[in-house]
Amino acid sequence: MMRRAPSPTGSPPVMPRPSRRAVLAGLAAGAAALAAPSVGAQTPGRVVVIGGGFGGATCARALAAAGLNVTLVEPSGTYVACPFSNAVIAGLREMSAQTFTYDGLKGAGITLAARAATAVDADARRVRLDDGTELPYDRLVMAPGVDMNFEALPGYDASAAGLMPHAWKAGEQTLLLRRQLETMKDGGTVIISAPPNPFRCPPGPYERASLIAHYLKTHKPRSKLLILDAKDAFSKQRLFTAAWAELYPGLVEWVGLSGGGRVIEVDPVTRTLVTEFDRHTADVANIIPPQRAGAIARQAGVADATGWCPIDPVTFESRLRPGIHVIGDAAIAGAMPKSAFAANGQAKVCAAAVVELLAGREPAPPKLVNTCYSLLAPGNAISIAGVYQPKNGLLADVEGAGGLSPQNASSEVRATEAAYAEAWFATVTGEAFA
Amino acid sequence: MPRTLINVPKTAKAGEIVEVRAMIAHPMETGQRMGVNGAMIPRDIVNRFVCTYGSEVVFAADLWPAVSANPFLSFSLRAKEAGVITFSWTEDSGAVHVATADITVT
Repeated sequence: MMRRAPSPTGSPPVMPRPSRRAVLAGLAAGAAALAAPSVGAQTPGRVVVIGGGFGGATCARALAAAGLNVTLVEPSGTYVACPFSNAVIAGLREMSAQTFTYDGLKGAGITLAARAATAVDADARRVRLDDGTELPYDRLVMAPGVDMNFEALPGYDASAAGLMPHAWKAGEQTLLLRRQLETMKDGGTVIISAPPNPFRCPPGPYERASLIAHYLKTHKPRSKLLILDAKDAFSKQRLFTAAWAELYPGLVEWVGLSGGGRVIEVDPVTRTLVTEFDRHTADVANIIPPQRAGAIARQAGVADATGWCPIDPVTFESRLRPGIHVIGDAAIAGAMPKSAFAANGQAKVCAAAVVELLAGREPAPPKLVNTCYSLLAPGNAISIAGVYQPKNGLLADVEGAGGLSPQNASSEVRATEAAYAEAWFATVTGEAFA
Repeated sequence: MPRTLINVPKTAKAGEIVEVRAMIAHPMETGQRMGVNGAMIPRDIVNRFVCTYGSEVVFAADLWPAVSANPFLSFSLRAKEAGVITFSWTEDSGAVHVATADITVT
């Protein structure tokens, strides 16, 4: 088994430029310097960051630490973290442990604009806020996260989510799903509809299934959990499948695409899920719909026809709008999953690139790391890790790097990974919000 | 024995156009992939699909190696009379897999 440190590592932090980078940048800078007029080194650049999640908050901090003039645009006064929110759904954790404020960012010298961004003018390099304020920028970083794509699944829209929660953005939806499970009768049927790729948190639906199964086994043991999936393969599949057989025998059933698992329509009033070949009625239905980049990314013109944002893998600059960088779940990051850790690493790489570009230098190609932990039960976790680097214009897996938890590990190994997961959460939320 | 899935409305009005769906869980091995030790993996596909309504063939298709695994077919029929709709998939080996559904026409 690969040993992993409990804290995020491997992404270059923003700091006074290390000599190796200076050398690499110097080698590459010759050609770029001819084409790109450099910003005066004495002028602190104005950078606007849209979105105060793991990507945006971490990036704002790194940019401010590099001495840039940073404004973070985020309308919410608090941030509710998605990692570990599946434990809230299963009654194993309280929402307070998921909730963070932006007070720490204010202390870090970041100007907080507590408004929603309503429009981006990429040509004039200005962001408009919902109170009419216009923020000029030299570089814009967009970390808008995902929107549920309510046009992609007939019958499922914002009001339907009040009856069949998606709980794919932590907050009231998380608590709604928890309450529905708590009030369900013993012997009820819970159905999770899992979306096609790509979507936020690839192992998330299956961690959720594990923890809901734990709740049912503990509190409502005659109940069943059915996962209807639009895919035939998913993250950590063999590990999850083995865990369900071992921990929750007869309770969890998974139906993939080739088994007719793709949900094509829902009726929220009767809690009916229609697949290509069948109809299922649930007592509690968790619909995780297809997703796309947050609305402001689409408005700004940085999202393509897929609904996601193509980027340069070295700088995270948009392929569609110069001067705008896109990080986190909204970006098309090649082999990198849409995860909090990925957003955290991309934020640091992007900040370093913005610093270099504003100084008229060429950023060095990064290496990025991601680890995703998933709980199978309390004190029982698995993980997948990957290392990524730019290749042919995308972020690609570094062959032979990364790893997966062993298939038949002892409970001690699984418990250790659960402790790593807690430590990871403390570190990544600390970096963004402390 | 590959798993087959079909979806036919249980009832329809006479003359109504209904959508039917059929899928077979099948690897659709092209015969052009190399396996372990450099040996070619032999071709193994479903090469023929036929749908009959009563005694009449209403839809048929030849399938080729470019068709993906787990081929999914969806098409429309005009409901004429109550009867049996039969779906059959024929593999390269000659094996035939059949699924049937009844439709009531009012």
